[in-house]
Amino acid sequence: MREGNSSTMEQATNAASTARPAAQRAVPRAVDGPAKLSIRALDFYYGINKALKGINLDLPDRRVTGMIGPSGCGKSTLLRVLNRMYDLYPGQRAEGEVLMDGENILAAAIDLNALRSRIGMVFQKPTPFPMSIYDNIAFGVKLHERLNRADMDARVEWSLSRAALWTEVKDRLHTPAAGLSGGQQQRLCIARTIATRPEIILLDEPTSALDPISTLKIEELIDELKQDFTIAIVTHNMQQAARCADQVAFFYLGELVEVGQAADIFTSPKQRKTQDYVTGRFG
Amino acid sequence: MSATTLQAPGRDATMARALGRRRRGTDRAARLLATLATLVALGFLASILITLFYLGVPGLSLHMLHTVTKAPGAGGGLANAIVGSVVQAGLGTLIGTPIGLMVGTYLAEYSGRSVLGNAVRFVSDILLSAPSILIGLFIYQILVAPFGGFSGFAGAIALAILVIPIVVRTTEDMLRLIPVSLREAAIALGAPRWKTIVFICYRAALDGILTGILLAVARVAGETAPLLFTSLGNSDYSGLGSAMASLPVTIYQYAASAFDDWVQLAWTGALLITLGVLAINILARFFVRAR
Repeated sequence: MREGNSSTMEQATNAASTARPAAQRAVPRAVDGPAKLSIRALDFYYGINKALKGINLDLPDRRVTGMIGPSGCGKSTLLRVLNRMYDLYPGQRAEGEVLMDGENILAAAIDLNALRSRIGMVFQKPTPFPMSIYDNIAFGVKLHERLNRADMDARVEWSLSRAALWTEVKDRLHTPAAGLSGGQQQRLCIARTIATRPEIILLDEPTSALDPISTLKIEELIDELKQDFTIAIVTHNMQQAARCADQVAFFYLGELVEVGQAADIFTSPKQRKTQDYVTGRFG
Repeated sequence: MSATTLQAPGRDATMARALGRRRRGTDRAARLLATLATLVALGFLASILITLFYLGVPGLSLHMLHTVTKAPGAGGGLANAIVGSVVQAGLGTLIGTPIGLMVGTYLAEYSGRSVLGNAVRFVSDILLSAPSILIGLFIYQILVAPFGGFSGFAGAIALAILVIPIVVRTTEDMLRLIPVSLREAAIALGAPRWKTIVFICYRAALDGILTGILLAVARVAGETAPLLFTSLGNSDYSGLGSAMASLPVTIYQYAASAFDDWVQLAWTGALLITLGVLAINILARFFVRAR
């Protein structure tokens, strides 16, 4: 099934790239294996402000793609394109294609709620809902599935275990989520996201509001999760990108400057800008 | 960056001291004025409360609580007025709250900066400060005159119209306080807009919205003017279909009468309303603090 999908997608990709100028044709591919999500010639506008310019990038299936670059370079904007979050705000629009298993998710006919159940997102600041830990998880699950009590209990336990939070909260599942520490809240948000069993998880600076120990736990978690999920993580922390990501993309002023294997980007980048950024000369 | 270093500006110590003295003087004057104003306001309030308790408490009795209003000297109570007030204020809140809640939700979640949204907000704010006797006359025109008589139902509708703008304002304000990140988190899970509003936003704003509703109840419980032309008053228990007694209207009628026992009942009734409103306000505080 997966093979079939990726081959149709490959064809679509080839068709799209032959129609474009040579400079844009070569889609950077740092990691082998089929792409889960293919971004093609993506432009994004905040009103008349062009925030993303001709982005071409693949998210390899069940790998971690790190997105780095100085503030305002468009990496968070790119994440918000991938789950169509920008649709909430009139005046924001995207042009180009984002293919998920061969289907263009930027198409107007896409069911956004279904799409967002397939592409989950975790934000910079923990955002626990004003309800119990259990209900935080169940809320998202109930949006897309009808489960009986026992199945829901099992799903809650599964997702909290996957998010490395189960042992810490299993005795207080029905207490308010606001009572958790910041790091626990963020892991709850990750658990809430994986509980709906998405195919892709977008992480927007998930550890920037957390202390080093919580950060470490979440990084370990990302390593675990990539067995099952395709992950994109935006981070300002170069070490984090180096530790977590299989492939790293460097953005600057709305353009994708370079994409490569994490080790290459940090040790032997091809572009001068990338080298300047990863060595701390600017940004 | 130029290579030359700029000369740091000199500091005049005498001038700094003089400015400091002036600031301290202004601070003392402002603090004095604010304290005086507070004392004056509290003075009036204390005077009202003390008078109310002094003249109202002697009339408090079980007899008064379960006896209906009667002719002067016949040993009447306030039971029908209390029941009428609870019924009309309760029904008014029950009718006005859902409407106010939905309008407030529209303004906070859906209208954005649209012309219609601004118009609705403007009208609601005007309604909030409209003289309540106008509301009474309005309901008289549409619910009393055409149907041939005063009714408790008309009174409740008049109170509902007073409830709406209060609930609209608090609902909108409370929903706007909810961070965008919380809404986005729900939507990122695939929640449709309405589920995000009902299950996440309402829940996050629950304390504030409840407080607004309780304040609306407190406000309409003491209203006299909108009831004068609608439920009129009644000397006995009555259904919603006929004229209905209420505490404020009874106070209005009794306080100006020439009979000592009626005047006493007016004071006691006023005390009861005040205690009721006080209780509601304390309850509202409790909800805010429970957050």
